[in-house]
Amino acid sequence: MNPHIDYLLRLGDSSLVLGQRLSEWTGHGPVLEEDIAMTNIALDFVGQARMLLTHAGKLEGAGRDEDALAYFRDTRAYRNFTLCELPNSGIEKGGGEGACYAFTVMRNLLYCAWQAQLWAALAESKDTELAAIAAKSAKETAYHLRHASDWVVRFGDGTGQSHARAQRALLQLLPYTNELFCSDPVEEAMAIAGIGVRGADLKAGFDHLIGAVLDEAGLALPAACVFQSSGKSGMHSEHLDFLLTEMQSLARAHPGAQW
Amino acid sequence: MSAGADTDLPQTGGDVIERIMAILATVPDPEIPVISVLDLGIVRGVTETPDGYEISVTPTYAGCPATQVIAHDITAALEAAGISARLVTRLSPPWTTDWITSKGRASLHEFGIAPPGSVDHHAPQIVHFSPRAGRVNKLPACPHCGSAHSELLSQFGSTPCKALYRCIDCREPFDYFKPL
Repeated sequence: MNPHIDYLLRLGDSSLVLGQRLSEWTGHGPVLEEDIAMTNIALDFVGQARMLLTHAGKLEGAGRDEDALAYFRDTRAYRNFTLCELPNSGIEKGGGEGACYAFTVMRNLLYCAWQAQLWAALAESKDTELAAIAAKSAKETAYHLRHASDWVVRFGDGTGQSHARAQRALLQLLPYTNELFCSDPVEEAMAIAGIGVRGADLKAGFDHLIGAVLDEAGLALPAACVFQSSGKSGMHSEHLDFLLTEMQSLARAHPGAQW
Repeated sequence: MSAGADTDLPQTGGDVIERIMAILATVPDPEIPVISVLDLGIVRGVTETPDGYEISVTPTYAGCPATQVIAHDITAALEAAGISARLVTRLSPPWTTDWITSKGRASLHEFGIAPPGSVDHHAPQIVHFSPRAGRVNKLPACPHCGSAHSELLSQFGSTPCKALYRCIDCREPFDYFKPL
């Protein structure tokens, strides 16, 4: 695949899949304000995905629009980071005890801290459409980051139980951020072309941001490990199939429907 | 679209463009109907092209569902006036609440929504980790009683563009249009 399209799908699919995950909280938020907040954040992620997938579809030139890319590609064609598809419950054997808000906001903190670095770098992209999307998304990401940071601090510096949940979430999620920082041929090609950015160049800013939040939250940063997930090359965890089945079933049952 | 070196604001040359502007001033935002799409600052230009008139519109929030309704409402209002125009989406430069006009701000305030403070694009971005004593942002004044004694209830309100606050003096909750 053309690395430019692959790169856009990587970012667009990640936003879409995380937006879909977060939307699972709609009507189930721990309090009304958070129900509304998480739904709003989910909507922003879907908005990012719409712009990125539309751009990828135009570049591909095969007549696929945002809907065709979102609803009619199968799991192996999705290029999102594995981090974004993990269930809100956490990932230990047996699936945990249902959706966990600490897990949800911890993932948001990690992904939004990375996105904040990403958008700042991509605002200078030679792909002017991608640069415009980055400049637009950066403003919304600042709000998402603030929301996630607030909650991670409250959980970490809260009760014994909330602290334990936040620490568990961090322990499970941090290894999945390795994928955000390791280079591959797609990213390398895009960095050389001045279109994309090397993940490794975003690491220092990311570490600085989450370090400050975790410090204030009183959470311990787990030791670095070599675990490497591979969602960006289409090799996903078992969780993405379930997510896509739910998201795509309506569009596939009624192909061509307008809404 | 001409380069518009000093301003991106809508051009006002020619009768038809003036008529289009007058019509746009009557098209309300679907979710906050007291403000027009013009006062919201999302119309970035009206130009005459060989294929007809072209209106550049920029989205407020990328995922805002009102965006499509706005496009539909603008087209319908122009068609009703016998003007055919094409809408194009322009992402850059990204929309900022600084583009909301002073008339728009006054309407928001009257409607019970605290208008956004200004966005300083040159200031370094400060991320506040926790809304505790001593590190709260500047608080919006209550649009009902004018008191600046308010507190944040939720960073995200009934629409993507608003946060929910409460006035500590008159006890009324109110929406705050978030600076973006």
